Amino acid sequence: MNWITNIVRPKIRALVKSKDVPDNMWQKCPECDAMLFHRDLDKNMNVCYHCDYHLKLDVDSRMKTLFDKGKYTTAELPKTANDPLKFKDRKKYSDRLKEHRAKTGRDDAIVVAHGPMGGQTVVVAAFDFKFQGGSMGSAVGDGILTAARIAVQQNAPLLVIPASGGARMQEGALSLMQMPRTTIAVEQVKEAGLPYVVLLTDPTTGGVSASFAMLGDIQMAEPGAQIGFAGRRVIEETIREQLPDGFQTAEYLQDHGMVDMVVHRKDLRDTLIRIFGMLMKTEIKKTAKSEAPAKDDIVVEEKK
Amino acid sequence: MHHLEFEKPVLELEGKIAELQHMSQSDDGVDMDDEIKRLRSKAEKTLRSTYQNLSAQEIVQVSRHPERPHFGDYIKGMIEAFTPLAGDRTFGEDEALIGGLGRFRGRPCVIMGQEKGSDTESRIKHNFGMARPEGYRKAQRLMDLADRFKLPVLTLVDTAGAYPGVGAEERGQSEAIAKSIEKCLRLNTPIISTIIGEGGSGGAIAIATANKVYMLENSIYSVISPEGCASILWRSADYAKDAAEALKLTAKDLKKLGIIDEIISEPLGGAQRDHTAAIKSVGDQIEKGLKEMDELDGMVIRARRRQKFLEIGNDL
Ligand SMILES: [Zn+2]
Repeated sequence: MNWITNIVRPKIRALVKSKDVPDNMWQKCPECDAMLFHRDLDKNMNVCYHCDYHLKLDVDSRMKTLFDKGKYTTAELPKTANDPLKFKDRKKYSDRLKEHRAKTGRDDAIVVAHGPMGGQTVVVAAFDFKFQGGSMGSAVGDGILTAARIAVQQNAPLLVIPASGGARMQEGALSLMQMPRTTIAVEQVKEAGLPYVVLLTDPTTGGVSASFAMLGDIQMAEPGAQIGFAGRRVIEETIREQLPDGFQTAEYLQDHGMVDMVVHRKDLRDTLIRIFGMLMKTEIKKTAKSEAPAKDDIVVEEKK
Repeated sequence: MHHLEFEKPVLELEGKIAELQHMSQSDDGVDMDDEIKRLRSKAEKTLRSTYQNLSAQEIVQVSRHPERPHFGDYIKGMIEAFTPLAGDRTFGEDEALIGGLGRFRGRPCVIMGQEKGSDTESRIKHNFGMARPEGYRKAQRLMDLADRFKLPVLTLVDTAGAYPGVGAEERGQSEAIAKSIEKCLRLNTPIISTIIGEGGSGGAIAIATANKVYMLENSIYSVISPEGCASILWRSADYAKDAAEALKLTAKDLKKLGIIDEIISEPLGGAQRDHTAAIKSVGDQIEKGLKEMDELDGMVIRARRRQKFLEIGNDL
């Protein structure tokens, strides 16, 4: 803990408040309550530099932290039916889609990218939690299938990074059908003899956790991520008991043998390069670090 | 018989018929035959028109009717030499999901499905048809057995969903369901799934990633229960009726969406009124499905199953 950061910074913030400092310049760590400055957070991949809490990392920043020099190509995804059920709750699903598209600048909750990672081409499919909680409907299913197709075409490993509350209810049973459809995507990658790795991030629950997200050759998770099938509230209502400490966290899953490793964000890229290198049987290069992202793109700082 | 709210008019007519029957049997010997006949036909007509015009929410109620035929009834009604097989070889035996070997119209097959139970004791024993990871791992084991001996797999789906509990989470409910779906997709033998009551989300698709997916007329298949959906999207379970409508969870809707292959008609007034007829209809449809795949090579069966799921949603 840092006294200056904890006490002085918020005070400075209070002094200069609102006029020229936009609110999002500072962010409170949900774990240790420290006020975090956005530029410092960016440099630290959105990991709290006081307590190592992993805040959510947006998809673009995530991609930059993974690929060589932060450079990658984004794949075009197929257009899927808009609101096939004409679903309306308190709001029309078609309106929700419009809002989320405007807010995120994306068509749906998934981004597929490919590019070199330690010199080895890798395909990455990452969920955007800001788009309807990363929920999985037909567009997400098709995104995973596209990622698998590109991986097979380019003879590249596939990394999927879910961040999703589960199925997209507004697509009814069509969203349920994405569980087998994304599983087929995984099958195609595995049949081609290519590695399929999953990085479970916060949160990975429901239909997403019960399909492609649990089928990795190697299962990784981000520290503190909530991962599980049923929601905590549903379980509490069913068993009418307090849930154990740390229930459904990445560390809890590791304790129960459900994931191979919990990886700190700063170690993720090197870990992936090392694993893909072995699974793809590439010759050992001098050092993968030489191709690490350029300084401007990403800086991994030592923990303070 | 457990009656549903919307069946009240039929119930009243049936009450009158019983009353008249009682009167005509008594000593004064008034002949009520014509009147009884008239009321009978009226009751039948009312039942027919009621069941032809059920709302989604009413179909949800029928699908959960406690007297509908359950897994065990189908086993008794259409499977000979049923030989239950137990345990996941890892942790335990899950009686929410029952499975084993049996002969369906002469053919040896592997059959499995969720059993909800029919009284308090059996409901608790079968955990109300909500399987834990052990159930899904047993399903995987049985599918391996089917694959090894080239036996078709028949699944009967009837579950509110996979069980949400601490133990289930600790032992990898997600992984168990995911692997079950994967196993369904890898089978080199036909797999036919019939939704006989509730097809509840991941707990259902885990054993319903099939070459043919059939639904009984008054069953439901959904990504979430209408109550759960309402409490999330409408912020109150009171909107379950609206959610049931919006989710398009009836057999008719799902056939239109290309998610299921056939609808199996139920006897007049629902499967709960005539188990034998309902079970026979299910059997006839399954036999038809099996015959369609009789001549196919295992690789083709597997490829077609995959293709079918890849195409879902493409034409919408
Ligand atoms: Zn912190």
